[in-house]
Amino acid sequence: MVTASASAGKSASALASKLSSGPVIQTRPVANRTLRVAVVGNPNAGKTTLYNALTGSSQHVGNYPGVTVEKVTGKLKLASRTVECIDIPGLYSLNAVSADEKVATEVIRPRSDEAPDLFVYVLDATNLERNLFLYSQIAEFGFPVVIALTMSDRLGPQDRSVSAKLLASSLGVDVVPVVAFKDKGIDELKAAIERNLDSPRIPVIALDVPAEIAAEIKILGDRLSRAGIDASLAEIRSDLLAPVEATRLFVPDFPEMWDAFQESRHRLLDANLLRPSIDTQARYQWARGIQDGAVKKPLTMLPRPKSRTDKIDQILTHRVFGLLIFTAVMYLVFQSIYTFATPVMDLIDEGFTRLKQGVANVVPPGDFQSLLVDGVINGIGSALVFLPQILILFFFISVLEGTGYLARAAFLMDRLLGWCGLNGRAFIPLLSSFACAIPGVMAARVMPDPRSRLATILVAPLMSCSARLPVYLLLISTFVEPQLGPAWAGFALFAMHLLGLVIAIPISWILNRRVIKGKRLPFALELPPYQWPKWRDVVLAMYGRGKTFVITAGTIIAVMSVIIWSLSYYPRSGNHAADTPAQQEHQLEQSFLGRAGKAIEPVFLPAGFDWRISTAILSAFPARETVVPSLGIIFSLGSDSDETSVDLRQKLREATWPDGRKLFNPWVAAGLMVFFALCAQCMATLAAVKRETNSWKWPLFMFVYMTTLAYVGAVIIYQTARLLGQV
Amino acid sequence: MIASVPKIGHIGFGELKMGMVARVCEVDENCLESRRLQELGFTLGTEFSVVKVAPLGDPIEIDVRGYRICLRRQECECIGIEIV
Repeated sequence: MVTASASAGKSASALASKLSSGPVIQTRPVANRTLRVAVVGNPNAGKTTLYNALTGSSQHVGNYPGVTVEKVTGKLKLASRTVECIDIPGLYSLNAVSADEKVATEVIRPRSDEAPDLFVYVLDATNLERNLFLYSQIAEFGFPVVIALTMSDRLGPQDRSVSAKLLASSLGVDVVPVVAFKDKGIDELKAAIERNLDSPRIPVIALDVPAEIAAEIKILGDRLSRAGIDASLAEIRSDLLAPVEATRLFVPDFPEMWDAFQESRHRLLDANLLRPSIDTQARYQWARGIQDGAVKKPLTMLPRPKSRTDKIDQILTHRVFGLLIFTAVMYLVFQSIYTFATPVMDLIDEGFTRLKQGVANVVPPGDFQSLLVDGVINGIGSALVFLPQILILFFFISVLEGTGYLARAAFLMDRLLGWCGLNGRAFIPLLSSFACAIPGVMAARVMPDPRSRLATILVAPLMSCSARLPVYLLLISTFVEPQLGPAWAGFALFAMHLLGLVIAIPISWILNRRVIKGKRLPFALELPPYQWPKWRDVVLAMYGRGKTFVITAGTIIAVMSVIIWSLSYYPRSGNHAADTPAQQEHQLEQSFLGRAGKAIEPVFLPAGFDWRISTAILSAFPARETVVPSLGIIFSLGSDSDETSVDLRQKLREATWPDGRKLFNPWVAAGLMVFFALCAQCMATLAAVKRETNSWKWPLFMFVYMTTLAYVGAVIIYQTARLLGQV
Repeated sequence: MIASVPKIGHIGFGELKMGMVARVCEVDENCLESRRLQELGFTLGTEFSVVKVAPLGDPIEIDVRGYRICLRRQECECIGIEIV
């Protein structure tokens, strides 16, 4: 194992010679396409806020490291033209570690087809050294760069102030101070972008590296240019010192050069200079130099005096109060979702009921009317009704993120989630999954460690999403509230939401030990200073999430609803329409769906479910939000029932087995709720998992393990009830 | 892990307490964790301070190069540190 010591590092830099990397691509071929500008920077540098100010496009924003996970493009309107603007996920280094960083590195690579015409580098004035580290890597590629200096509004008069002018002169590019959420400096930035698109300024950067390395780079550079390969000295250095094949930039593309690189590497190895740390060290040394030149007052000595953020943290991450406040915040979030969403949900519900009536009045009765009303409109309506909840949840997530509190929550939760193979960051995907597992599964991209990420994706759907809520509300209001009162009803709802979380911990422990292979990466979570939420970013985040959800509801859920509708509608029992409840029940019983439910009844008997419940469960596999309408059809009410329908509750209470025993009691209801809490009843989630893991293996695995878990849970509850003589 | 002669002031990440100031004195060239830590600013000779320890003892909040980062003690064992 090669190690380096501090003293060796110093002697090496004593031998150092200046190595300047010239630009690779002076004149880029101007293709017949729109010009591309990429916004790039460290996590928490204020990149998304700036992106929103530039494009007004919908984007998620926050202090939580790595929150931008998708490649987002928008239109940037300049004075004389409109260009394409790409939001590149926040990253710390071009030596990609996380999935996010890999995406970013692919775009940034000089030979990439996606390569932009200009970079807007977001530089956090409060965190210059580390921000300049990534800048040094990007600057070496030879693309034009404009720097947006953010957070300078947060440097108070007593604090260190950063001179944009000095930075600009030492970096050789335009530096524009911006306060993005106030739109300050945005016009100047746009002007600088336009100017640089016309006459680009390409950064020049000189790093200190040992003379021996500089010599090898020169040798390789000569050989490459003789072979006709256009490569910058920086690229050669990076490939020469990179310890892992995967992080090399161009050597993999030119096998004929491998031997030359190997020779140089051997010579450096003999001199104990083949050390990637030399590269990192040189960049930080350079960054320190630039910072010292641009900052009035240097950093105070360690340990530094307490800041305002530290004083807030004394309470918010306190070992007792911190955890209490965290619990209270989470409780407040969920309480608000239920309280504020209900009136809007009722409105949406009423709207869809009217729409159904309207369509039924226009379209003549028959197969087509039923397809429209009971299939399409009903299906979309039953999904869209959750939109208010999703919006409220994302309101809270983006406010908590924007203030910096979510990072603290991850700090507090890390130990709790860490021992089972997740980490504090899993907290965001898991929290999102309480609204809907799809954004949750997607949000797992914030996790740099592929193992933790996979574990998080696999347990995220165990969180009780809002689509499970109608089942809980229906069963709790039917069987818990009348007997035990509203306090217990509230507790039951809370307990159902806790269940998924509690089960997820041992499950991910097992997944990490037995199922998921590979190496775990270190957990590094930045704690940014507290700040007020930026309302434009909050609104745009809600809008973006809402839009995605509505599109899903309009496509996948509509298709699924039509499929379920046809399975329950065909084959017809006779020529007459099923008008009375008894006829409807008969129709359903002999439909494909009903027959399947009857066939599967023996399997569900140990859980205390009859064929009607089994049918409802089957019908809910594509999308669980269909279950309350299904129960409505099955228990003879027509399909316009919802969880607040008094008739449906009455029917459920009165339903009996053929021998006259009551079908439901609180135990059976609890078993059914647990089944719904744990079962993988969502095609859209499975599709998202397929997309994220790039294989059918994991969605299939998820489906099998969750369904097994659900079944076992329901059986345990029913059999316990039997032992206790409750059923 | 790195084999090294114990030096005066040499300490493991597990022993760091709130308020302590330490310096990076050894890095492991081949380990991924070590590379990432260096990229985050923990290069040879860098000083940092422990700002806070999470309620259950881990992770710890560190002030390095003027910003705050949380790390798990065990995952930082690939860099050698000494007390300043």
